[in-house]
Formats: sequence, C-alpha cells, structure tokens
Amino acid sequence: MTRLLEIENVSITFGGLKAIDDLNFHVDEGEIVSVIGPNGAGKTTFFNTITGLVTPQIGDIKFEGQSLIGLDPNEITARGLARTFQNVRLFPQMTILENVMVAQHCRTNQRVIGPLFRTAAWKKEEAEIRERAEKVLGFFGHRLVGYRLEQPAFVLSYANRRRLEIARAMATQPKLLLLDEPVAGMNPKESEELTHLIGRLRSEWGFSIVMIEHDMGVVRDVSDRVVVLDHGVTIAQGSYEEVSTNPTVIEAYLGKAAAESEGGGSLDSAAHSGEGAH
Amino acid sequence: MTATAANTSDAMASAPGVRSATDVDWRRSANIGGILGITAVFIGLVGMAVGLDKRMLIDPVLSLGYLFVLAIPLIGGWIAAREITLEGMTAPIKGARDIVAGAVAGLVGGAVVAMFLVMLNAWDLQELLPNWSDALLDMYTFGQGVGVGIVLVLVVGLVLGAIGGAVHVIPAKPRRLLSIAVQWVISFAVLEAVIDDLLGGFGLQAVADVIYARRGGLLIIPGLIIGAIAAFVAHRFEGKGAELKTQYMELEPERKNQVSKQGLIIMVVLGIVLPIFLGKIVNELLSNVGLFILLALGLNVVIGRAGILDIGYVAFFAVGSYMMAFLTSPLAPWRESDGILSAVFGWLPVLNWFVALPIVVLTAAIVGVLIGTPVIRMRGDYLAIVTLGFGEIIRLLFLSDWLAPTFGGAQGIRSIPGVNLGFAEINGTDPRAVFYLVAIFVAIAIYVSSQLETSRLGRAWMAIREDESVAEAMGINTVTTKLFAFVVGAILASFSGAIFAAKVGSVFPNSFELLVSIIILVVVIVGGMGNIPGVMMGAVVLIGVLGGPSQPGLLQEFSEFKLLIYGALLVFMMLKKPEGLIPNAARNRELHQEEALQDAWLKGDKPGTTKDEVDDAGPAPSAADIDGSLGLGGATS
Repeated sequence: MTRLLEIENVSITFGGLKAIDDLNFHVDEGEIVSVIGPNGAGKTTFFNTITGLVTPQIGDIKFEGQSLIGLDPNEITARGLARTFQNVRLFPQMTILENVMVAQHCRTNQRVIGPLFRTAAWKKEEAEIRERAEKVLGFFGHRLVGYRLEQPAFVLSYANRRRLEIARAMATQPKLLLLDEPVAGMNPKESEELTHLIGRLRSEWGFSIVMIEHDMGVVRDVSDRVVVLDHGVTIAQGSYEEVSTNPTVIEAYLGKAAAESEGGGSLDSAAHSGEGAH
Repeated sequence: MTATAANTSDAMASAPGVRSATDVDWRRSANIGGILGITAVFIGLVGMAVGLDKRMLIDPVLSLGYLFVLAIPLIGGWIAAREITLEGMTAPIKGARDIVAGAVAGLVGGAVVAMFLVMLNAWDLQELLPNWSDALLDMYTFGQGVGVGIVLVLVVGLVLGAIGGAVHVIPAKPRRLLSIAVQWVISFAVLEAVIDDLLGGFGLQAVADVIYARRGGLLIIPGLIIGAIAAFVAHRFEGKGAELKTQYMELEPERKNQVSKQGLIIMVVLGIVLPIFLGKIVNELLSNVGLFILLALGLNVVIGRAGILDIGYVAFFAVGSYMMAFLTSPLAPWRESDGILSAVFGWLPVLNWFVALPIVVLTAAIVGVLIGTPVIRMRGDYLAIVTLGFGEIIRLLFLSDWLAPTFGGAQGIRSIPGVNLGFAEINGTDPRAVFYLVAIFVAIAIYVSSQLETSRLGRAWMAIREDESVAEAMGINTVTTKLFAFVVGAILASFSGAIFAAKVGSVFPNSFELLVSIIILVVVIVGGMGNIPGVMMGAVVLIGVLGGPSQPGLLQEFSEFKLLIYGALLVFMMLKKPEGLIPNAARNRELHQEEALQDAWLKGDKPGTTKDEVDDAGPAPSAADIDGSLGLGGATS
C-alpha cells in the first residue's frame, strides 16, 4: 500500500502550551485510522494542522509525497483532503443543495464569462455539479433529498447536519476524508447506521479516512488502526484490541490508580467514564 | 400542547370583551403622549413645520407643515389604542376605552407642546436654535396668540388623539376604505407637480386645472371626489388582488412561467411606451432612479452577495465618470496642459461615448483590483473603515492640485458631450433619451447579477458571506472570489458613472462625496439586501420619492430634510423590517428563523415524507428531527 499522508516530527506550540509534540503519523491509501485520546489531547489541533488552519513550527506534512506546509486551506482541499468540523459548521442559510454544490468549487472552473454568455461548457458544468451534488446527498438515503434539497441547512436536525457536513466534504472529491467526531450527538441507532456508512465511504467511494471519535463502539467497528494521543504525543498505536488493552492508554483515560487496580481493564469502560466527565 | 392552547382560547373567550372606559393603561398612553409632544417640538425646531407650511396641500385649509404636525396626535392616538392580538387569542372588542386611551395620549402630547409654547414665548433662544422663531410660535398657536393658542393646542391634541383611537372602533371594512380614500387624497395633494406633469403629458391639462388651485394645492371639492372614487374602486375590487394571487399560485409550474414571462413583456413594453407620454420632470426623475439602480445593483453584488461591507463604493462611480470625461471631453484639462499625458496621448482624438465605454469599464476593473487586493484580506469592521478611506482617497485625488493638470482639480472637467448615436445625441437636455439609455444598462446589470448569483461564483460568494473560514476549508479561494465581486461591483458602478458624465455634461469632485456611498448603501438596505427587485424598489422609493444626494425627488419640498428622513426611515426599517422592502429569501429566513423552522417542521411532518424516513434504514428520524428543528438537538453536544 502506498503512503497517502505522512506527518513527520510535527510540533505546534500555542504560547507556552505544546499542543502537538513531535508527532509522527501516517495514513496509507484505503486505510481507516481513528485518532482517540482524552479531551485536550490535541486531536482537533492535529486536524487543523493537516488542513492548513494551523501551521506547524517544526516538521513536515506530506500528502502523496508533496509537502502541504505553507499552502492555504483551499489549496490543501484542492489537493484532495476534506474535513468536517467537531462543532458542525455548515452554511446555515444556504439550501442543502447549495451547501453541497458550493463544495465542488475547487473541482470546477467556470467564472464570469460562462454564466453571462450561457456557454455550452458552463451549462454542462452546472449540470454536472447538480448531478454530483444529488448523488452525494443520495448516499444518506432519503434524509437529504427530495423536498429537503431546497430547504436551508439550519432547519436540519443535529444528526442530519452531521450527515450534510459529511456530504459536503465528499463533494470536494477528496482522497482523504477527515471526520471530526462524526457521531457526536447521535443516538445509538444513528451512530450504528453512520458507522456502516463510514465503511461504505471506503468500499464504494474509495476514500481513505482519518476519524476523531469518542465513541469506542464506532472506533472498534470501523478502524484498521487506532492512534492514541495524549498531551500532543502519540502514546499508543495499533489495532483496536492492542490499543484498548494497553496500560498507558487506560492510564491516560482513567489515571494511574485505576489502571493498576483494574489490571489492564478494557478501554470501552474507560472511554465511557471519560465521556461522562464532559 | 394542543390541549393547553384550547384551554387558553376558552379562557380568552369567556373573559368579558367589552371593557369600561376607564380600563386604560394610563402609563402607556401618557408615555406615548410624551413621545408625541417631543416629536412635535422636534419637528418644529428642525424647521420642518414652518418650512413646509408654505406648501399648500388642500387649498386653503391644510398645508404640508400642518399635515406633519397634526398627523402626530392622530397616529399617536391610534398607537395608544392599539393592542396586539396573538394568533389564537380572541381580539378584544374595541370601544370607549380605546377612544379614551387615544385622547389621553393626545392631551399629554398637547401639554408638552403647550409647555414648549410658553418657553417659546418667554425666552429668545434663536441664537442657539435657528428655528426658535415667532413664525413657529404663530404656527403652533394657530395664529391666535399664546393664551388662546395653549388652550387650542390642548383641545386639538385631545380631539385628534381621540379620533386616532376611534379609528379602531370603526369596523374593519369601512376603516380600510376610509384609509384608502385618505391615502389617495394625500397622494394627489403631495404629488401635485408630478400629476400635473403626467396629465399634461396625456393632454389632460384641463383636468389638472380643475383639480388644483392656481397657487398650488388640491381644491376641496375635487379632493372629496378623489377620495370617494378611491373608496368606491377599493370597495368594488376588494379581494380581487388576493384572488388573482391565489389563482396564480395554483397554476401549473409551466403555465406560471408563461404568465410571468407575459408579465415581464408587458412591463418592458410599458417601460418603453410610458416615458413617451411623461413630461420632463418625471423622465428626469426616472433617469436618476435608473442611475441609482445601477449603483445599487453593483453594491448589492459586493455587499448583499459577497458580504463585503464597502462604504467607499462611490469611488467606482467617480472613476467611471471621470474616465468618461477624460476621454470624451474636448476641453479635458490634460489636453491643454503641457504635461507628459498630452505629449504621449496628444494624438488621441476625442472619443465617442461608445468607443470610450470599454476603456472606462476596463479602468474601473483595474481600479477595483487595485483597491480590492489590499482591502479584501481584511474582515468585518476593519474592511468597512478601509473602504471608507479608499473612497475618500479617490475623491481627494480628483480634487488635488497635484492631479489638477489631468483632472481639473476643483474645477472638474466640463463640456462633456452627450452620447452620440450618429443620428442624435443623448444628453441631459433630453431626459427621456437618457432614461432609455439608463434602462438598457439597468437591464444589462439585472441580467449580469442574476446570472452570477445562481452560478458557481455566486454560490461561493454566499458561502463566504456565511462563514469565511469554512468556505476556505471547503476549497474556495476566498481572495480571488471576493475580488471578483469587487470588480463586478466596480464595473456596474462605472456604467452608472459613464452615463452620469454624459447626462450632466461636467464632473466635479464634490459629486462623489461619502454621502453618495451612504445613500447607495441605504438604498440597498431599505430595499432588501441581496435581492434584485428589492434593491430596485429601494432606489425607486428613496431616490424617486425623496431624491438623491443632489437630485430632486418627487417630494421636492423635502429636499432640505432629506437626510433627516433618510435617517428616520433607516432606523424605522431596522426596527420593523430589517430584511428590507422586498427581502431576499435567505436573508428573510435569517432574520425570521423561528418562523422558517416552523414552516420546515410543518412541511417535514407531512405524512408522506415521515413515512419515507421511517422506511429508510432504521432510526426513527421524526422525533430527532423535530427536536433538532426546535433547536434542542444542540443541547446533546
């Protein structure tokens, strides 16, 4: 398998705080990697670094062998990385269709001349944008299509907003999809369904996926590999089974005493208590 | 929830609807009265009352000044007696109580004015307040002297307040007819100049002579007849408009399109034919409105679509005008000076307007890029301040002595020829021709902005307006996209500038003051930001009725108080209808989210659609959807 994303010795400091400390990380093509860790571990900063919202002081980030350092967020998206946000950030007043259409901006190129002279190229491109938008939305069943297409995004329920955000990221036609807590705020049934969809995102759409997630059930079900961050440092890496029984990981979640008393207990319970804390 | 609603309405129904005359919210009435009094004093002290007293509305009983003053207690009384009825509540039965409420407000207002009159009589503050004059005292005491005047003011306040309150007591239908009649009479009186002009255009000068007094003002008997006709017509065609609307809404989409197209054609034909019959005044007015529609459409792209708050927009208007003057005027200063320009470009002949236009547009686009590039990297307030700065810089450059050999400094550029069509020349002396020229460019501007709005670029503008950082993360190059908006805006403004130069025949730096930018901004906001018909409506109402920064409007009498009215109107709109006269759908939703959510919820709750969602892959969506729609979903995160 070829390396898609490679992060080498990246460090990020906010004032005196080391948010990311000498991080090494990679994603192979076709992989689903989960990033977990307690709150404040630096997971979202990690995403922001990859997508160009934060520039690392040290280290290099390579996507398909080319460095992303110094590129604007839109250029990074054009290279084939797309993300969702932890606190869903749609374009609330735009319709659901428009939200997904606008995400294809970096894959299309008609500007002023096309629409003004109604050129054939423009008509073709508009039709393609629309078609692709409906296809992407159709991936989520009936929820985002039909009468929904023309509704503004803010009328959607929380779960549907999360779905729309994934659809919007899909519409940018990425190679690597970065999902920041995709099932947060969903009920168990909805998370289960989304877990299934994340699997299909790889098998049907060919995306590689990096996912930040607190829900250990989802992490267990979809990840090829799990990376655990704490205080900006990778403390463990490997399959879900390996990571979930790793004493360092349990210590990070529950504290030293708990790790010792439980004698290497399961991460599932640890993560759940961690959830309860916030 | 339904049960509670039913209970409430039961309770309301069983409550006694008729209340005693003393069941008045005294404090509220008195407060409103205080506001009335202060308003009347304010109108007097800014000089509006006396200034507008010269203009007769209804000969010989009512002047425009008195209309303003007397309307205050009437409207105040009406407001004092108004009660808000929510949906599902039984409307309270109106009666003596409401008349008392209005009368109290009117009386308190009258008392405030009376106190003011005593002061006006006792002291002389004319040095402080220029309108603190005997003329004002004379007017507010109805020419009867202070003693009698104060009593009169109290009585008039009381009576008019009571009448204002009593309006609520009249049953709905007669009230509506009465209000229509009054509106028509006042419109006929206020718009005397225009109606005179219109009637003259259709060869009906005789009618105008019958309606209006020789020295101005509607005559009483024709006024009554106009009111009666208006009421009769309103009665005869009551509900017809709504009926037509429902008929239209129920049409098949295809047929609907057809009807809209026919409507459009009719409007275009009217636009072409009507000006032939209109006189100079109205055509002049229409061409001014057209110039401002062009500007407002351009600013609408910049601010309404891309969300760039540009308050130096007049800069592009100035560039368009000056560039046109520079190229087409045989007396342009640079031709006569012995600087580099005349040495290098001396061979350049005086250009025809149409030949110069592409150069003007190109220059405006370049200036747009030059100003835009540093500006659009900023956000929010900073951006507004910087655009303001650039707007002033451009004007000051044209004014400067440094560039005077090129642009003429304070003298400007004179003798700009009109638009030469070969067989005729369009210039300011023929407002009708100017109107047609403007109309063509307005049509182009409408086409350009509507095409761009729905295109890839338009969607990107909207996304940037919503959330710039997310737009960037979604692959939109915010810098170039915003620059496009800036340049499109600049080009539309330069069209307006180019026509303006040919129409007026000379350009001066003081035609491009900050005030023009602000007025265009107010036009866009009042009309409905982001919506083409709205922006056009804004220009018609503000520029057409009140007048532009230096152009007279329909109500020429108000030109002195134009800015005051602009300000008052802006405040009123921001409070009552922030989305504008004809709002943009998205903006309307933004400002009325609760209602939009309700609509969406009702729509989503239709049996058919709910079933779809249940069938689909499992999760019970309707409960979650409803929670989310009401904004409760967020609580789970």
